[in-house]
Amino acid sequence: MTSPAPYTPYHPRWYRRRMSVWWWLKDRAYVKFVLRELTSVFVAFFAFLYLWQLRAVTEGPDAYARFLARLQTPFFLTVDIVALAFVLFHTITWFNLTPTAMVVRVRGKRVPGWIVAGSNYLVWVVVSAIVAWIFTRGLP
Amino acid sequence: MPPTVRLEVSRYRPEQEDKPAFQTYEVPFRDDWVVLDALNHVKDQMDGSLSFRWSCRMGVCGSCGMMVNGRPKLTCAAFLSEHLPGPIRVEPLNYFPIIRDLIVDITDFLEKLKKVRPWIVRDQVLPLEKGEYRQTPEQLDVYRQFSQCINCMLCYAACPVVGLEPEFVGPAAIALAQRYNLDSRDDGAKQRLKILSDHAGIWGCTFVGECTQVCPKHVDPAGAIQQYKLAGAVDMLKSFLMPWGTR
Repeated sequence: MTSPAPYTPYHPRWYRRRMSVWWWLKDRAYVKFVLRELTSVFVAFFAFLYLWQLRAVTEGPDAYARFLARLQTPFFLTVDIVALAFVLFHTITWFNLTPTAMVVRVRGKRVPGWIVAGSNYLVWVVVSAIVAWIFTRGLP
Repeated sequence: MPPTVRLEVSRYRPEQEDKPAFQTYEVPFRDDWVVLDALNHVKDQMDGSLSFRWSCRMGVCGSCGMMVNGRPKLTCAAFLSEHLPGPIRVEPLNYFPIIRDLIVDITDFLEKLKKVRPWIVRDQVLPLEKGEYRQTPEQLDVYRQFSQCINCMLCYAACPVVGLEPEFVGPAAIALAQRYNLDSRDDGAKQRLKILSDHAGIWGCTFVGECTQVCPKHVDPAGAIQQYKLAGAVDMLKSFLMPWGTR
């Protein structure tokens, strides 16, 4: 921190501590925070994956088959599983934090946090069900 | 012989040492003693040169905040029995410059606090004969939690952003700004948003959330800042969509 106070004979020397680059390993809460920040990389990874998929779709059936074959290689399967774990961590930690950021008042009374967080999960389940329905409706 | 507990206290005497070092004291262990009692025992019975701040001994004045085993705590509320078997490490609050032993320089915090205008700002100050500005219990309830801050600065010592970005206004000051924004008698929200809507203000916060965890008065500064961000974003969107609606 900066200190605009001048040096005086009674305060000969302030001692300023330096912050270690490993500060985030000193407490479990900080590790969790840094991991949560890191999840954004995997969210971006999925976004790029979908763009890549869209491009394959526009290039025709052969290109799309090649895209699917590539996704089934052990490398992509491993990366996908790791990325999925991080994206789930991202989603769950952020959903659980929504009541902190959002104060919903109904007739002057604050709506309990579990309802605010729970409504996110509800929307998640409903949207997932709709997506699942769209993708499986053509299947026998 | 009564049972004892070992205290490792950070000492820094600028006329003697270049940097802080730990000094160990073996103090009596008592069930009803807090870390502050142990420090006072050291000061009174063992080593009168130890310097630290304290006043009320009951979690109201906010002056005895220190790092206890690496966590920011009010030492008047940190029982020895919660830190057994020891040793118990006592250090000055993180990130603040150390003046002496356990005493830190809080000038920077006081400057930041002043910057957010933590008082009731009125567009029109009513004459005295109009009486007081009245408020319903519901209106009080909206900001009451954020008004409980005792300026103990534990949230600053828990916030890595404070350590990494010296310009960051910090949890307590932003929570206090939000306390006045939510006050039905206040008209200063626009002024404060102008001051706080940048990287040194609300957008510097990365929502680590530890400020809320360590707050002894359950103020929830992390909540205050996120709610402030939401209000700031809505305000920005409004001025973008309806430029004629804002001044």
